[in-house]
Amino acid sequence: MKRIGVVGYSQNSIKSDAGAANEVELIMPVVHEVLAETNLTQSNIDFTCSGSCDYLQGAAFAFVEGLNAIQTYPPIKESHVEMDAAWALYESYLRILSGDAEIALIYGFGKSSPGNLDQIMSLQLDPYYVAPLWPDRVNLAGLQAQSMMQAGMLTREDMHAAVCASAHNAKNNPSAFKIDPPSLEEYLGSAMISSPLTKYDCAPISDGASAIIIASEDACKKYNLDPIWIEKIGHQVDSSNLGFRDLTLVKPVSDLMNKLDIDLNTIDIIETQAQFSHEVVLMSQIFKRTIQDINLSGGPLAGNVMMAAGLDTIGHTYKFLKSHQHSVALAHAVSGPCLQHNLLACLRSPA
Amino acid sequence: MNNSSEKDYFESLISLEYTHTAGSATTRFLEAVAEGKIVGQKCPKCSAVYVPPRGSCPRDGVPTSEEVTLTDRGCVESFTVVHIPIPGNPIEPPFVSAMIRLDGANISFLHLIQEIPVEEIRIGMRVEAVWKPQEEWTTSLENIKWFKPTGEPDIKPESLIFKPK
Repeated sequence: MKRIGVVGYSQNSIKSDAGAANEVELIMPVVHEVLAETNLTQSNIDFTCSGSCDYLQGAAFAFVEGLNAIQTYPPIKESHVEMDAAWALYESYLRILSGDAEIALIYGFGKSSPGNLDQIMSLQLDPYYVAPLWPDRVNLAGLQAQSMMQAGMLTREDMHAAVCASAHNAKNNPSAFKIDPPSLEEYLGSAMISSPLTKYDCAPISDGASAIIIASEDACKKYNLDPIWIEKIGHQVDSSNLGFRDLTLVKPVSDLMNKLDIDLNTIDIIETQAQFSHEVVLMSQIFKRTIQDINLSGGPLAGNVMMAAGLDTIGHTYKFLKSHQHSVALAHAVSGPCLQHNLLACLRSPA
Repeated sequence: MNNSSEKDYFESLISLEYTHTAGSATTRFLEAVAEGKIVGQKCPKCSAVYVPPRGSCPRDGVPTSEEVTLTDRGCVESFTVVHIPIPGNPIEPPFVSAMIRLDGANISFLHLIQEIPVEEIRIGMRVEAVWKPQEEWTTSLENIKWFKPTGEPDIKPESLIFKPK
């Protein structure tokens, strides 16, 4: 099968409130950086795909405005997913695989600061039975954490360990928030937002953008690009009906690991888009790692740009494989409530 | 069974509140409009002038940092006659919504045309802004009530075609 690799990644410094800067002003720097890193220009890109959510901006077709950030003349081939940009990368991957393109630019962007993210995320739920009740994303995450506690899979000490591990690992990522983790006493004494979740357990409100370029093996040779191969990639979604799901399992991930034949023993590093401390614990159990060994970038608890954080798991694993003595990495992007929709990508160094 | 006159459902409004950000470039534009001035931005590569500016040139994908002050005169690039009343809109149909291309700008924006019979409005017609009284000015393009004809000769529509430098 045709080999396709990640050849560049850029993430801008995550802000809790980017203020007057609009989405275009956030996207432009990362697109310029990733083009500069790869020595490519927009004319070398034959497919461009973005991931964003109009509900974050509160305007219909807001994603079209995002295109003001990139060179669109002569006319370009372009697409968008109303999802995390990890799925824009998946679409681009399929385009290259099908011979439709050789080099693709993917960007994801989101500002969570202008609206009420908890309420906005509520509107992604089943519109007939669940959304009218307005359960917010922290309520639903709380349900999942409670299910894990009842199953004996989670303690508040584990959650605290996840918070501390993220703050510690975030030092590896210059774009992440610098977080001073609470002591265990402070943590246990802090107010619950939605039991058992405190403010420390939830990914912070974040504004930002990220961009990635992927290319076919032929294009890598032609343009002298230095790829980290996307060896395996796939995605799977669980039921939209929360009552049909066992929230202590992330069934799509187990299914995907079987389907893609991913052997956890061969994986050196793992980045997962766990947006709550209990999700970090859950994913570390599924991936058979210690809490400290996953999310060397700090993960979403140290900065969670909506619609880019999934793409960032792929970007961070790419960066780690480039700069460290690792050869195989697993990136895990999510969408939907309680880890409903999951994308796994296995990346490998050519060496 | 329910009494048929009783509702067996309830209505709930979906409403979300946002603090909208115009962006740095558009913020500059809106601040200038509050003082009765129109500022655009010029692309450093192709020299296209954008008004209202969005901070980037979508043709070249680069930031537009050079500010350009424009006049409040221009021409009709395109227009449509609106026959359907819009609730809350004080203007009686039929009225004209037009894409106004200011002199020196390379894109147009939507505004109203008044003070001329609808059937006389045409592409290329020269127009100028009619401003509200200064004490009513805010950070909004609504500071301009509408555009009206200047009476100058029409321009040739072909002259509006952009030629990058």
